[in-house]
Amino acid sequence: MFSRSAAIIPQCQQVRGMATLKMISIRLKSVKNIQKITQSMKMVSAAKYTKAERELKLARPYGIGAQEFYKKAEVKDEEGEKGQLIIAVSSDRGLCGAVHSSIGRIVKTDIAANPNTKVVIVGDKVRNILQRLYAKNIAMVVTEVGRKPAVFGDAALVAQSIINSGIEFSKGKILFNAFRTVVSFRTTEMPLYSQNAVANASKLPVYDSLDSDVIQSYTEFSLASLLFYSMKENATSEQSSRMTAMDNASKNAGEMIDKLTMTFNRTRQAVITRELIEIISGAAALETKN
Amino acid sequence: MERMALTRSALRLFSGRFTQACQVRGYADAPSMSLTFAAPSQVLYNNISVKQIDVPSFSGSFGILPAHVPTLAVLKPGVVTVFENDGSTKKFFVSSGTVTINEDSTVQLLAEEAVPVDTLDISAAKELLAQSQSQLASASSEVAKAEAEISIEVSEALVKACE
Repeated sequence: MFSRSAAIIPQCQQVRGMATLKMISIRLKSVKNIQKITQSMKMVSAAKYTKAERELKLARPYGIGAQEFYKKAEVKDEEGEKGQLIIAVSSDRGLCGAVHSSIGRIVKTDIAANPNTKVVIVGDKVRNILQRLYAKNIAMVVTEVGRKPAVFGDAALVAQSIINSGIEFSKGKILFNAFRTVVSFRTTEMPLYSQNAVANASKLPVYDSLDSDVIQSYTEFSLASLLFYSMKENATSEQSSRMTAMDNASKNAGEMIDKLTMTFNRTRQAVITRELIEIISGAAALETKN
Repeated sequence: MERMALTRSALRLFSGRFTQACQVRGYADAPSMSLTFAAPSQVLYNNISVKQIDVPSFSGSFGILPAHVPTLAVLKPGVVTVFENDGSTKKFFVSSGTVTINEDSTVQLLAEEAVPVDTLDISAAKELLAQSQSQLASASSEVAKAEAEISIEVSEALVKACE
């Protein structure tokens, strides 16, 4: 029993809060590697952000135009009890700040307020957030999102799956992160209206020669358009947020490196001083003996 | 021309109905129409005031002037002609999409793909048509047949647009 504890003690003598030179240099090397990685991730997301912002600028008139009809026709949510549909647009990849968690938070409060809610999740990260408590409300999950910039075909695919699954809803919304500036984004929602809601819109009779076929094609196409627009906005917010997060990480790593280097040099000097003292006191002891 | 103006003003003195007719004439010229014509990857017009737009839709091709009655329509593959305020005309080929005309004379033309007609290559269009026709011949399932028919429709419209 005692011999075993004797084996442990020598370690404790040397470790005085990381005082060993070897341990500090190992830690220093690993933090330097991390700083290199975060710096390169920042460069990569800066490049992706530039491209995403350019595409978003071209897609904005399209997205805003797609919402105009619903505003001008004053379409309101259906007065039904068929529940709510939330399409949460996010992506698969992390390390991008508060992008995924802000969407997850709002979905959670929404489901708590209205339990009869179905959620279509675009992107793995939000699925991970919601899976534990609200697995029953998840209707569909779309993965492989975020690696390449979104194209209209992707949004059309998602829209087609939603339509094919036959989800019925009285009110709906698309949750995404709208891009504001390089350093800020806002989690916004775009209202989604079912076909019945459009058919019962207050200003619909003003619109001439409409039959249910036209309304159906129109709502299906605008679902794809709105999804495309939200994907583009979210992609830009995600890349800019990742850029900021990686930049902060590199700065923090830089601070840690400075502190560790300081500690390393001090420890090195202390070791040298200790050796010198030992040598000199040894020599002095020999001299006095003589 | 002067005689018409004289008779018109003379008639105006006699009956008030003609003042209404003159007002209707002015109504079509004064308000403008603001067009937003966009595709997912490009913006062609963003809230630009134009004179007239001709669109091909499934319920027939029609021209949109200011103060057109509000409507929704689904676009067919074909050529959209935009008559701008300075008199120039621009033609674009659209593959599909929707057009919305609102009460306040704003028009949103959302096309899935839109290209200027002069960038189209007629030989490539004819090749695409031949390809889609052979696809239809070899199509087995309903979905494949429908896809091939859509392809034929688009390529026929493409060929027509090039001519």
